[in-house]
Amino acid sequence: MTPSTVAFRAILAKDLRAELRTLQSLPAMALFAVTTFVIFRFGLDRTSLSGSLASGVLWATLLFAAILGINRLFVSEREEGGFDAIRLAPIDRTALFAAKAAALLVYLLVLEAIVVPVFAIFFLDSAAALPPLAVLLLLADLGLAATGTLISSMAVHSRARDLLVPLVLLPLVVPLMIAATGASEPLLEMGGPSYERFGTWLAVLGLYDLVFLLVGYAVFDFLLED
Amino acid sequence: MSTAIELRDLRRDYGERTVLDGVGFELAAGASLVVVGPNGAGKTTLLRILATLLRPSGGEVRVLGARLPEEAWKVRGRIGFLGHAPLLYRGLSGRENLRFHARLHGMRGEAAEDRIESLLIAIGMERRADERVAELSAGMRQRLATCRAVLHEPELLLLDEPDSNLDEAGRELARELAGPGEGRARVVVTHDPERFLAEADRVLRLEVDGSAALTEGALR
Repeated sequence: MTPSTVAFRAILAKDLRAELRTLQSLPAMALFAVTTFVIFRFGLDRTSLSGSLASGVLWATLLFAAILGINRLFVSEREEGGFDAIRLAPIDRTALFAAKAAALLVYLLVLEAIVVPVFAIFFLDSAAALPPLAVLLLLADLGLAATGTLISSMAVHSRARDLLVPLVLLPLVVPLMIAATGASEPLLEMGGPSYERFGTWLAVLGLYDLVFLLVGYAVFDFLLED
Repeated sequence: MSTAIELRDLRRDYGERTVLDGVGFELAAGASLVVVGPNGAGKTTLLRILATLLRPSGGEVRVLGARLPEEAWKVRGRIGFLGHAPLLYRGLSGRENLRFHARLHGMRGEAAEDRIESLLIAIGMERRADERVAELSAGMRQRLATCRAVLHEPELLLLDEPDSNLDEAGRELARELAGPGEGRARVVVTHDPERFLAEADRVLRLEVDGSAALTEGALR
């Protein structure tokens, strides 16, 4: 194993262990998402959603829940000296980017494992759309993890972190949201999923993921400089 | 004897304010330098520059033969840094924190576990090592931070107020771990020079105007 791989695994394990103990991010994200679904259910006064409306409710909720986790992603590094510790170590600093993005990806997957079934119970007539939706969620999560990690690492140094993250992140994830909602709209149609342009949207998501993972890899080292 | 640190005309600005101006000295490998001066004189800034955590605004800095900041990657892992913050995660135990730092520095397996255990015993923390750092007193965190700083057996130790929060017993134990000897160079920033003068080879006094005065010769 290379030193960077060791560092990646050490940072990821540390983050997941700390989250399991302190539960600072995931419960808040899940509670927010479930509460938002309840609000949509009563606000829209509908027991069933389909097509673009279902897709919009799902992705808007997941995105805003994700922001809660993104806001806190680097707080321990900032407040407990993790940035200095990593800068003092003989490792490639992009290991920190990769580990944080992986941690965020795990948070998002756990969040979705909890709240997407709740969404299905609240709004869907059948669970037929869930398997293809899982593929879509994984690809979208990867892009959101890459972009969110990048923005979070920049915003964490500011006292206005909670304001900066959504302000900078939301415009950047517009393409991702367009692709994710575009792909999930036919999946969530009344009467069962259809796969119209599904492959095209997946390709767009894959391209988005690749671009932001590469941007993160390229610039993260500079973001850690004083 | 090789040189651990070479500074020439070091300058560091924060915006329009110059904190260090024309600071220069050399420190031989294995020697100790004590840095004193009033608040705001740039002592911590100097230490962070030497640790590769801050970029100098001007001048020439060489640490362990590497020119900073261009060759900082060459010396990371060879420096032990004990700053104001203990660099410990509050949600993890002391032992987990040390394991984390050991892995960052490429130490693994039984050798790493043995090293961690011996340090915990040396600093008197072996019974509290599995408690979360959040539950420990400031003095105990400082003891663990001392272990963290020397964990990877660095060639250069940079210590910023290493005695802070420590009781007398803790000071003695920390001195055993991070004191002079074993051929490593040390830079100690302190407001209590009396305590460290006996073990200093050189003393650097920084002033608020950014200037510096070096006392030469062996003091110990």
